[in-house]
Amino acid sequence: MTATDSPARTAEPASVPAGRARRLVRPVVLLGLAVLAALLPQLQLSVPGVLPGPTWTAGSLQLLAICLLTGALAVTYNLVFAVTGMLSFGHALYFALGCYVFAMLLEHGRLPILPAALLTLLIGAAAALLVGLVSLRVTGIAFAMVTLAFAQAGSVLVLRNVGGLTGGEEGLGLVSARLPASLVGVDNTQNLYWLALAAAGLVLAAVGWVVASRAGRLMMAVRENELRVRVLGVRPYLVRLIAFTVAGILATLLGMVFLLAQGGASPQVTTSGFTLTLLVMVVIGGLGSRWGAMLGGVIYTLLDQRLGVLAASRQVATLPSPLRIPLSQPTFLLGALFVVVVLFLPGGLTGALTRLTGRSASQLLSELSREEAR
Amino acid sequence: MSTVILLAITGLGLGALYFLVASGLSLIYGVMRVLNFAHGAFLTVGGYLGYEAALHTGAQARSWAGFGLALLVGAAAGAVLALLVELLLIRRLYRREIEQVLVTVGLGLAAVALVTGIWGADARPFPSPAWMARTTSVFGAAIPNLRFVCILAAVVVLLGLRLLLGRTRYGLIIRAGVENRSMVSALGIDVRRTFTAVFTLGGALAGFGGVLTALYNSTVSPSMGDSLLIFAFIVVVIGGLGSVTGSAVAAAGVALLQQFANYYTTSGVGDLTVVAALALVLLVRPGGFLGRQVRLA
Repeated sequence: MTATDSPARTAEPASVPAGRARRLVRPVVLLGLAVLAALLPQLQLSVPGVLPGPTWTAGSLQLLAICLLTGALAVTYNLVFAVTGMLSFGHALYFALGCYVFAMLLEHGRLPILPAALLTLLIGAAAALLVGLVSLRVTGIAFAMVTLAFAQAGSVLVLRNVGGLTGGEEGLGLVSARLPASLVGVDNTQNLYWLALAAAGLVLAAVGWVVASRAGRLMMAVRENELRVRVLGVRPYLVRLIAFTVAGILATLLGMVFLLAQGGASPQVTTSGFTLTLLVMVVIGGLGSRWGAMLGGVIYTLLDQRLGVLAASRQVATLPSPLRIPLSQPTFLLGALFVVVVLFLPGGLTGALTRLTGRSASQLLSELSREEAR
Repeated sequence: MSTVILLAITGLGLGALYFLVASGLSLIYGVMRVLNFAHGAFLTVGGYLGYEAALHTGAQARSWAGFGLALLVGAAAGAVLALLVELLLIRRLYRREIEQVLVTVGLGLAAVALVTGIWGADARPFPSPAWMARTTSVFGAAIPNLRFVCILAAVVVLLGLRLLLGRTRYGLIIRAGVENRSMVSALGIDVRRTFTAVFTLGGALAGFGGVLTALYNSTVSPSMGDSLLIFAFIVVVIGGLGSVTGSAVAAAGVALLQQFANYYTTSGVGDLTVVAALALVLLVRPGGFLGRQVRLA
């Protein structure tokens, strides 16, 4: 047995020798979830307080699409932060790059959608590789600061509207003339939702595949014991670079779909605050597991959205100011929630679920995420 | 020529602000190994409370007394906030560095949102003595006086920190704590008290810097701390984590570079140049300029 096997092996939960029946649970549950998610636009499910309307309405579908994309972005961040152990504060850069470069190629480059998408992916890959090459020369906290600086450079470029390309604070609209008709208009929101679902599924599968691969085991090994990886003759720098670049490419992909789902690019996705919210999502969901990160991303986006609605509501406006001021700021509530989770719920929501229910629900989650659980 | 002098002195004024933020960050990191993402929030809160203090003096708001009060209140607010954060949150998470960073991230987000909730998202004009806005001629360049105030404040803080670290028993303990924490504890010194003191000192510097930033921008705004924080991070990495002198040199260098690049090309290029400089430093000296080993003073 080589040492590279050991992190994966120690990560297996105790419930492994459970037999064939349990091995079937995972694909069946996954398939069920996927079918349910795909059928949502055809169903009339109402979740009061969570979704703005029944699931077939355009508003709900768009919110769900954004949730899926943000959740998947949190999954790619999880690959960098929780799997490989790199505290990057610049991950949103590649998402924003996907958003903006795609929009600019469509609008200013006048490219058709497929070549524009391919070119954007290439640019995203090159950017992630270059930034990774430089910033991975340092590790730990210095790495966090350097990635933050690069992301800030991206934000400055977008906000200063260099050459009138990015639209500055206004953001960029989407030129519908260059999009296929099936992706334009409120009536086609369900297509956008399906596109988002497909992108999220692809990202989840890709991250799962990477983590299960030899490279993925090395990533976890680098996180756990860098020296040992070195002794084995593998350069941790390369392993980190691979994880960083793969996550960057996937984030670029999600950024492109996000542009379509949002119908435009807004400079908000370039800010360092957005990367910080990714960190919040991953930690709230539970470090180390794909599904935890996805859950964290979805819950965060829903909370952010609904707390925003609550903040603007009349009930809040009539409250006395010591109550009104905190309630009118979703970021305050989410930031405070985050602090509470870090202090009292190590392992996030998935960790809490495991402890509360002991086996039943947690069994499912640990089945789902067993190859990644820390 | 006068343009160059103008740019140099205004650049140093900006560098002074960077230094006030970066020195606290660097000290806290050097001693406690905590990267404080709430530092920008400390600065913002200090700035706003200093602003409120100045307004409370009424007619005196634009006097030197009002400004002095604002500085005092700002520094005190930063110190108290940092003290509370250290005692209530950071202390529970000693030796769990990632969690400490996470807590400060959440705190920074929440505090800035709260400031936005209380004072609104828009910038508000900051009252300052009329003399600040006037200019003094230096070799033909008309320099706004407030730049000198910022530079003077930073120099005083730098000298004070060097005295504290180099000449006092507290400084000795702090420097020893950076070198070898467990040895300091083994000698019977309570390292935790040192941590609390250093974190509070960093908070005070941030709050003090908040009022100076408000003076420099002539406004207070919720985002003022976080926009400085990013450049302060760059300064800390270039100067070397844990080195106060390194922070001072890097702060001046970064601000001058930014100022000149912004003037001689288009606005925004300066910010990018700074990031490029950071990349260059990392390629040449990954430990920063004075950060081979973590050291102070």
